[in-house]
Amino acid sequence: MGILKRWWGSFFGRKNNIKIGFYGPPNAGKTSLANIICEDWTGESFGSISEVPHETRHVEFKEKVEIKHKGKNLTLKIVDTPGIATKVDYEDFLKFGLDKTTAKKRAKEATQGIIESIKWLDDMDAVIVVLDATQNPYSQVNITIIGNLVARKIPVLIVANKIDLRRADSKKIESAFPDYEVVGISAKKRLNMDDFYEALFRLAKKA
Amino acid sequence: MRHFSALQKKHNMKKIKGLSLQIIPFSEIRDLSITDRVKKLLNLVLGNKVVILQGRLRVEEEIRLIEDTMALVDHLKSFKGIELAVIEPDSRNQSIFYKMRKGIATTLMGHSNAITIIGPASIVKEIKRDPRKLEVLLG
Repeated sequence: MGILKRWWGSFFGRKNNIKIGFYGPPNAGKTSLANIICEDWTGESFGSISEVPHETRHVEFKEKVEIKHKGKNLTLKIVDTPGIATKVDYEDFLKFGLDKTTAKKRAKEATQGIIESIKWLDDMDAVIVVLDATQNPYSQVNITIIGNLVARKIPVLIVANKIDLRRADSKKIESAFPDYEVVGISAKKRLNMDDFYEALFRLAKKA
Repeated sequence: MRHFSALQKKHNMKKIKGLSLQIIPFSEIRDLSITDRVKKLLNLVLGNKVVILQGRLRVEEEIRLIEDTMALVDHLKSFKGIELAVIEPDSRNQSIFYKMRKGIATTLMGHSNAITIIGPASIVKEIKRDPRKLEVLLG
């Protein structure tokens, strides 16, 4: 579907409302980054963030986000997705002080959120994969997500988030994905956002 | 400290020994549809087996495996999910993209030097961290 839309777009001019998905493992900062973009250009927040994994448990989107950067304009539909994981254990949430009932409810919603994320993959025009730069990028989930985007021919931008933290190593992410553009940012401290917006315009061109 | 780490190691090995391994040659799943491949693998994992698949799944099969796993976690009380690891010989320093390309190419050809380990989450994580544990069990 995505390929057909891109082909159609290339023949009949640029699409106006490019669907950009935010994908990645849980707690990488997908919603934090989506929040910054929305706050910067619409004045509204996107979704809640938390240190407890799987805070985003439903696909959420914001239509017609108009970005103006260095004389260029871009209109996006931003789609924030729940983090993809191969396991969800309610006991992991107990460590963050959640009671058993809440933790179990969160786990149930998280599993459904992962299924929802996967189902949305085919609908994206382009994807921003947000990775936590303090974590090892060589995880099977990352490989599976990127591999599926490659197979679907969906343009990808990789964001190495949390570069403000001492353990962050965005070079490791770059060497893991040498064929992709990687931008290191800190969504929390709004570091390197200029470079991010430049890369976002380049990504939108490929969509 | 050394004693503690030896005990820890022993405990981890015990945990792995509590399960059984099931080796699946690629030829056993070659002719199955994506649904049947995933179903077969998940049935084995649910039977508390660590599956060692010769070769690797296609990326679309991996994502389907995650999708079906989540549906099962949602429905089965004691099932927390899977750990999925692809181990390729001498690939520690290769980029993910190289592995991915190599993986896609080799699965299209129907064989690969890689082995895929799929099992109950906590156990496979342990094997991935130290593949020698697998050698111990097999040897």
